Amino acid sequence: MPEPVLPARITRDSDASIIRCEGDWSLEHLRRGLARLGRRDQRRQWTLDVSSIRRLDTAGAMLLLELQDQLPGKPAFDGLQARHAALLKLVEEHREPEPPPRPVRYGPLASLGKATMDVLAQTVAFLAFLGEFASDALPRLLRPFGVRWKQVVGEVQQAGVHALPILGLLSFLTGVVIAYQGGTPLEQYGANILIVDLLTITMLREMAPLMTAIIVAGRTGSAYAAQIGTMRITEETDALRTLGIGPLEILALPKLLALLIAMPLLTMFADVLGILGGMVVAHTMFDVSFTDFLNRMPEAIAPSSFWVGIIKAPVFAAIIVAVSCHHGFAVQGSTEAVGKATTRSVVQSIFLVIVADAAFSVIFNLLGL
Amino acid sequence: MAASDSADDCIVDIRNLHFSRGRNVIFDGVDIRIPRGSVTAIMGPSGTGKTTLLRLIGGQLRPDAGEVRVGDETVHQLRHRQLYRLRRRMGLLFQSGALFTHLNVFENVAFPLREHTDLPEPLIRDLVLMKLQAVGLRGARDLMPAELSGGMARRVALARAIALDPAIIMYDEPFAGQDPISMGALVTLIRTLNDALGLTSVIVSHDVAETARIADLIYVISQGRVVESGSPEQLMASESEWVRQFMHGLPDGPVPFHYPADSLADDLLDTRR
Repeated sequence: MPEPVLPARITRDSDASIIRCEGDWSLEHLRRGLARLGRRDQRRQWTLDVSSIRRLDTAGAMLLLELQDQLPGKPAFDGLQARHAALLKLVEEHREPEPPPRPVRYGPLASLGKATMDVLAQTVAFLAFLGEFASDALPRLLRPFGVRWKQVVGEVQQAGVHALPILGLLSFLTGVVIAYQGGTPLEQYGANILIVDLLTITMLREMAPLMTAIIVAGRTGSAYAAQIGTMRITEETDALRTLGIGPLEILALPKLLALLIAMPLLTMFADVLGILGGMVVAHTMFDVSFTDFLNRMPEAIAPSSFWVGIIKAPVFAAIIVAVSCHHGFAVQGSTEAVGKATTRSVVQSIFLVIVADAAFSVIFNLLGL
Repeated sequence: MAASDSADDCIVDIRNLHFSRGRNVIFDGVDIRIPRGSVTAIMGPSGTGKTTLLRLIGGQLRPDAGEVRVGDETVHQLRHRQLYRLRRRMGLLFQSGALFTHLNVFENVAFPLREHTDLPEPLIRDLVLMKLQAVGLRGARDLMPAELSGGMARRVALARAIALDPAIIMYDEPFAGQDPISMGALVTLIRTLNDALGLTSVIVSHDVAETARIADLIYVISQGRVVESGSPEQLMASESEWVRQFMHGLPDGPVPFHYPADSLADDLLDTRR
């Protein structure tokens, strides 16, 4: 038969000045504030009667000692059972009063400063990586036979060919949306045919390169960061170094070359699918037949629109590879860092891609393209 | 000055090495000489920078002062390309094995050969199988690293490390987390390979019993200094209280059992909130 539970209890007999501790002073039967005495109680002389404590564990012993500390003159434990005495003694010996380190709290100004310094440090680290990468890669590019072309082809397959379905679908839908949204106001003025200008210029100049960059950053950039980050954790990058092979050369350079090749091609693919999506909408909703659409296209756009879009692709590719490899190589310590690096690489590459796109817009505007 | 020392038979010669990370001093004047053809162990408690020492020998880190010489070359004065050439003469076995997870056992061992040589495929195949045979895993050549046990992975990594027939092989905690059988296999393997291939082995470890079984020479480092060095027997019978505690694994002694902490009572009762 299990013993009935007797929660730990303190009773105060004020007349006889006795504090009685009773019950199970073990972890599961202790309450918060059990051993806290009021200020009035703390001023009186008490006798501490512990004879009716049934069970005692380290937590209970700790609490008993705390209770004792609060009483003036530290009264001895009355009626302490022999089986509890040893535990109590052990616990008392190992209570080492030591000042805890003060938790550091920063004010808003200090936090701002710290955040700024963090960003600066990250920027410096990124620039250092870029420098290291460039100094490693440039001499190799001058001797193209040494480059791992087989690996480059594999990466093109991964980053390029395998991205075609998702990129195609999304570009097609983007084309549909642009044509649909733009077509409705144009229709009110009877300028349905201008849908061609709207669609082709938006797709070629902006949407296709951006969509491609965003999808590649999300699909491939994250994979790069995760792959390199995991290799850092499993010490594979160190193993490469000890085998006399630079990890940048075998991990980062083929990826850079692969994306430099794949991204312009993907952008062209996105151009085609996007315009196709727009054509379908123009045909079904706005009475612009495929023939009219295709006839209008050369009149509507200058070839420069196409090249303006394509020329951005390699730049975006370089941004994505640099950012994701940088975060991959920066992974240290635990597997948790891999997840963080992956997220950060995607966020930062998309951010930098959009910043670069804005810069391109300004430059092309100045050049009158 | 160097001529007066008998440095000829030392393949690794570390003199007055100083190294720190930030304000944290890791080595504060360390002298270590590793004789050619020996199995030398570098021992010490966790966190004394044993792995850092291997990285300094491998040229992945630069000392703040002092020098690390391997063979005739001072590691930290080498140019990039020379350093990489030197590293091909040094095998390093990582604690985790660090096999390339996307390659199978055969390709892992073949990797350094393919990278650094122009040998024809049949010759590579023979070399790889020979190395795998040496570690007893010729039958496991088609397995992927994920299918290997920890001990097997370490043996494959060992086969990869000796693929280029290095002059020195460094082991980073080779015995950590091994069951007695694979531990015994590794201990024997390290000694056998060392003697059969004429290598020099450097073992970094804190597994005293296993290391003492095979080492010719042990350096015990702690708090940035070499505390004592000598043969396993000499160290076991050491006068120093600290070395005795370490070599015999006594829980309390000059090294306290407790990490400095808040009062246990405060932690338990959570009175600091």
